Amino acid sequence: MDGLPLLSAEQMASFVSRGFLRFDAAVPAEINDQFLAEMGEIAEALPGRRLREAYGEMMARAGVPEVPAGTPLDRAYAQGSAIRRLLDFPLVAGAIRSVVGEDPFFDGHFLHVTLPPAYHEGENVSQHTHQDSTIDPRQAFDLQIMYYPHAVTREMGGTRFVPGTHLRKVSEVALGRYQNIRGQQHMVCEPGTLLFLHSGIWHGGGVNLADRTRTMFKVRINPSKSQQRQFDVATLKPQSAQRPIFYVKGRLPAGVEQILMTPEPWFEQDTGRLEFVNRIKLWRYLTNDPTYDADYWLTRLENLAEA
Amino acid sequence: MRRQKVLVLYLANSALDAPVVGWSVYDGTGQTLHMAGDNDQPPYRTGLDALKDGWRLFQASQLLPHEKGSEFDLAYLKYEFFFEQIVEVA
Repeated sequence: MDGLPLLSAEQMASFVSRGFLRFDAAVPAEINDQFLAEMGEIAEALPGRRLREAYGEMMARAGVPEVPAGTPLDRAYAQGSAIRRLLDFPLVAGAIRSVVGEDPFFDGHFLHVTLPPAYHEGENVSQHTHQDSTIDPRQAFDLQIMYYPHAVTREMGGTRFVPGTHLRKVSEVALGRYQNIRGQQHMVCEPGTLLFLHSGIWHGGGVNLADRTRTMFKVRINPSKSQQRQFDVATLKPQSAQRPIFYVKGRLPAGVEQILMTPEPWFEQDTGRLEFVNRIKLWRYLTNDPTYDADYWLTRLENLAEA
Repeated sequence: MRRQKVLVLYLANSALDAPVVGWSVYDGTGQTLHMAGDNDQPPYRTGLDALKDGWRLFQASQLLPHEKGSEFDLAYLKYEFFFEQIVEVA
């Protein structure tokens, strides 16, 4: 798999800071068309038809294989299938390699189909915001890829996610009480758009108010080896000194530090600083550089004033 | 017949006049339905603005010390304020 287009240091820093990378209209139309053909027609929305019934029929028919969790990713999908082609597409394969390293495992996948109003009139079907899986105290993390094979309009209720929430250790939908968070994003996109997510990001499916079904495929991928220095480390600029902090006379230059130190609109004033600390710790992990710091946050705390 | 409307605001610090960073509305009258992701603009700029608009505060999150060894662990939003309005319905 040599020669893959790996993520740059700045892309990786953005993933560390915000918990996602978005690639708009990145997948060729022929793969999108093949994917939708393999998934099959979703039954028409008939008033009064039960949501669960429609969903069950769709899952039984769709061309998503049943795959045991823990299967090597390169053996999870048949050669020539749309999902295999998607995962082998250089941009996708390079980003997977950059984030979870060599020889990753397949964890789980799902075909998220969000049906039009005829199926859910009067019901609250906006998915509560949640973090997938369960409490995950690791520094290591999994990658989730969300693939949008067709165009998604705002009315279709595309995936909602909250950038920068991925480093919070929460228990799945325990945070369901939060309806709206400043800075939340809703996926509105062209066909073939991809969202690469840190497994900790807070997200949920929106209500589909359009007259057509919305389809999104999600796959979770685990590292099996080191996640460290798997991105394009040649783009990593050596850090010669810490930047001036607080009292600065102008805009600081772009780069990894600037990316890591950019807050999200929902950050609380004090815990926003802890978010910076946790981003630096994750950057240290991914670059295998235990001395790295940005804006002096960890250097100050690690100064034990010992001879 | 009286029903309760609940507004939950998440603020940027423990002061009630701090900016809103998250919010939820639950309408016990059934006249409006609110759900996850239904609004990208907060209903009030601060918690104090909600008070000025007639919401009654009935619960605020406590300030708790940080447990040794887990000072940097973050989980749920920290500054949660529950407000209510009691509404007469037919």
